[in-house]
Amino acid sequence: MSAAASKPVIDVQHLSFRRDGRIVLHDVSFQIQEHELVGLIGPNGGGKTSLLQTLLGVLHPYEGTIHVLGREPAHLDKARGQIGYVAQTKQFDRDFPARAKDVVLMGTFPQVGFAKLPGSKEKASVFGALEQVGMQDRASRPIGRLSGGEQQRVFIAQALVSHPRLLILDEPTAGVDREGEESLIRLLTRLKAQSDLTILMVSHNVSLIRSHTDRIVALNRELIFAGPASGLTDAVIAEVYHPHPAEAPGV
Amino acid sequence: MFDRLGEMLSLEFMRRAFLGGILVGASCAFLSVFVVLRRLAFVSQGVSHAAFGGVALAVLVGINPSLGALVFSVGTALAIGGVSRRRSWVEDSSIGIFLAVSMALGLLFLGLKRGSATGLYGYLFGSILSILPSDLPWMIGLTCLVFLVLLVFMKELYFYVFDETMARVAGVPVDALYFGLLILLAVTISLGMKLVGAILVTALLVIPGATARFLTSNIVVLIPLSIAIGVLGVILGLTLAYLVNVSPGASIVVVLFLGFLGAFLASGQRS
Repeated sequence: MSAAASKPVIDVQHLSFRRDGRIVLHDVSFQIQEHELVGLIGPNGGGKTSLLQTLLGVLHPYEGTIHVLGREPAHLDKARGQIGYVAQTKQFDRDFPARAKDVVLMGTFPQVGFAKLPGSKEKASVFGALEQVGMQDRASRPIGRLSGGEQQRVFIAQALVSHPRLLILDEPTAGVDREGEESLIRLLTRLKAQSDLTILMVSHNVSLIRSHTDRIVALNRELIFAGPASGLTDAVIAEVYHPHPAEAPGV
Repeated sequence: MFDRLGEMLSLEFMRRAFLGGILVGASCAFLSVFVVLRRLAFVSQGVSHAAFGGVALAVLVGINPSLGALVFSVGTALAIGGVSRRRSWVEDSSIGIFLAVSMALGLLFLGLKRGSATGLYGYLFGSILSILPSDLPWMIGLTCLVFLVLLVFMKELYFYVFDETMARVAGVPVDALYFGLLILLAVTISLGMKLVGAILVTALLVIPGATARFLTSNIVVLIPLSIAIGVLGVILGLTLAYLVNVSPGASIVVVLFLGFLGAFLASGQRS
């Protein structure tokens, strides 16, 4: 079955979103098909994080429709476990009493459910997820004692532990050195190849996105580009990172 | 020395104070882990001062002061939480406002009360004699409630205090947990107020958890360690208060602080 004929994993149609009366996203439409690695780029304030949070059901659209795995984000319910999310680099307390395996175990919440304790199945899947990201040897290390790249791997393991169909990452390479950045991208590419995972990743590193993703969605409050990575020309990049008309002096 | 300790334990009001103190110390110390991790120390300060307004109102209208403290504490905690959730930047401002208003109301109610209100001193700074036989059943009940709620929702609370955004995305009802924590805070404050007083009860809600954090980075050890520190602090503090004849609130806080200082210095040497 062709990708175009299969049901999209993410289907956004005419999405608009406002915050405090200000337009953050305007009339954005795109689709992401199964088993794609898609890069989401755009300037700061361009609406990337708002789009992700709308996809996750944390924020609600002002206009338009969104379907993630065939459901509206507000009604994901049990399907929530099929979405793994890695938030922007966290400014968490480095002394927080949590080991890498504790952080990953938190990701089993959608399977375990409210007010229930994780069982041996969930605990085993924690080590499986840590192994997937190459962090099994550091399972008992306090999360604050790991390097930035290692922490991101643990957070990816947290997102993977529920065996999601869709993995959403918000700037996973921010605060990670160049070597760690390359290593993380290789990890994501390998994860996609080994499973049926669909990956949507936000990044500021355009060259990294261009060389490692299948397709790119570019936003600057509205959709500037959605297509194969090879189609992201310098002219399109200039348009994406050009100040939005609403930000222009005198407006 | 041993004679005096024996004499202390032979006194019924002291045995009651120890039992009540252990209940208060354990529940406050359990909650203090989440107070410290979620950085609710200032909220607990605001709610505890608000309890004073409730005590003064209860004295004015002639009802049980502990009930007044409980109602005022819960009301203030919910008000702080409600305002903070609407605008996150106003959390500390709203605490400052509610703290001052509750204290002002307390003074206002006391001004309206004819005659003396000397018993109020105990609610401000604590008193060994203040725990009555009739207090123990509700103290046991509230302690069981605090333990039950914290144990049942431990997994969700741990996730929430570590990363609120991720917890929300995973489907954890973080708003309900936040308000639940605030209500538990108010309940434990009204519980601890008789023993250590409204002014000092925050210490029981902060110091045990903060001390334990210096000693371990394992959550499985952190919680029992915090409870042990809280209970030990209350036992040693009450003993000191009896032997030296000082306010139990002050002696408990000083003992807990010495433990905190020791843990801080020990953790500094380790690192």
